[in-house]
Amino acid sequence: MNVFNIIEEIEKVDPEVYDRLNPRRAAIKNITSFGSKVAIAALPFALGTMFKRAYGQTTSGVLDVLNFALTLEHLEAAFYTQGVAKAGLIPAANASYLGLIKRDEVAHVKFLQDVITSLKGTPVTAGTYDFTGGNNKGGGPFGDVFTNYATFLAVAQVFEDTGVRAYKGQAPALLGNQTVLTAALSIHAVEARHASAVRKLRHDLNQDANTKPWIVSTATVGNDTGVAAANANYAGEENVTQGGVNLVTALKVSNAIASASFDEPLTKDQVTALVVGSFIVTKPA
Amino acid sequence: MKTDINPIAGNVNMARRSFLRYAGAGVATAAVVGVSACHKDRVIVSPGGTADIGSDDIGILNYAYALEQLEAAFYTEVVAHAYTGISTLELNYMTDIRDHEIVHREFFKAALKTNAIMALTPDFSKIDFTSRDKVLAAAKAFEDLGVQAYDGAGYLIKNADYLTIAGKIVSVEARHAALISNLISPGSFVGDDQIDMNGLNKSSTIAQVLPIANTYLKTKVTASAFNYNG
Repeated sequence: MNVFNIIEEIEKVDPEVYDRLNPRRAAIKNITSFGSKVAIAALPFALGTMFKRAYGQTTSGVLDVLNFALTLEHLEAAFYTQGVAKAGLIPAANASYLGLIKRDEVAHVKFLQDVITSLKGTPVTAGTYDFTGGNNKGGGPFGDVFTNYATFLAVAQVFEDTGVRAYKGQAPALLGNQTVLTAALSIHAVEARHASAVRKLRHDLNQDANTKPWIVSTATVGNDTGVAAANANYAGEENVTQGGVNLVTALKVSNAIASASFDEPLTKDQVTALVVGSFIVTKPA
Repeated sequence: MKTDINPIAGNVNMARRSFLRYAGAGVATAAVVGVSACHKDRVIVSPGGTADIGSDDIGILNYAYALEQLEAAFYTEVVAHAYTGISTLELNYMTDIRDHEIVHREFFKAALKTNAIMALTPDFSKIDFTSRDKVLAAAKAFEDLGVQAYDGAGYLIKNADYLTIAGKIVSVEARHAALISNLISPGSFVGDDQIDMNGLNKSSTIAQVLPIANTYLKTKVTASAFNYNG
């Protein structure tokens, strides 16, 4: 971990970072001239303090968001790593497709670990996973997740769509934070690209002829995956009122179009309830 | 201010005179600031067919409104003059995307009310709408630009509700972007041209996005409060 690299990285997206951190720009840029190893060792802590002053958020609040994101990225990375490694699961024609998604999720884990460490936080470690959704107790709804490609893709789609909702829900907690919010939004967009791609695969493989790259809800049911066990993951996606405007009545469009035009957020608690005790195995009390 | 008072000749009267003089200047300055602030909050429309998005959150919402106008106009054209050999599935996709972009456009128009910039006149003369390759290439350019624009401008939004709205839209744009890429070349949904080595979607500033958008617009969009004057 190199703090100076991090500041340089930040400078690429936030040219005024030095001014935000300290109006005496040169003092920060030439901080190595202070020389002592003690000063260097204290830098990550100082960086956290500086972020607070620069962006008005507590470091612990930002770290909570980042570790929440990392928890989900660990889950996804493990899922695709196991799936890609499982002989006979993924047809050869789709191998590179799924390999790219795995590549991105693994990169997200690494990136979030680095950012958390740079803020002097402790990255959460990977958990124990049960991708059948049964909390390692058997009887999960996706028992053939690694032997039936259709089930694998269905779980993938639910993970990706839920991941999009999770990142979206955290954006307000990073309001105005050019560095971390921009990074989170950038991961959010990649998760949405994955969701679109997995949905296209499911459609093209005739696993679900009605699946579109976007979430098409009815007036009452958010879930469009055909996987009833995932209803809660899509609860609220049927919303058609944005900023106080009911799009269906105001614009005279269908619920399908109005709901698909906007993806909906989930709170941290909602996401946790969806994945912990099912896919993320809880430790015995 | 005090440096203006001659330290040698300076006395109470001089100081007071200076104070009055500066107080007057102060009022004048405040008035100018007032006017310019007012000016900035209103949307500036020049006679030459230029629209400035304005400042603060209104500016960002107008920025999004401008891009959604461009996308909606593009897909309206795509659906109205479908390219040669378009499949039913692709026409369905294009129609859905058109409808999403129109919803986005109308949503921003309704949200902005009198603060909204004018309806922009597109210029698609460089796009051959009969060619699948050309249309999909243009669609990819618009979708990728939109995702990068939302991601790059998110931090400028001051109101959490507006930020959430932007987040709700950008993921739909990213879904479009991935689909269009996959239609051009299956498996290109996270291409190196859009995704960096950390697995992050690239993002762009307003000053980077608008010059590109303007190449498809007769009405030029500027963002004087965000370092882009056209």
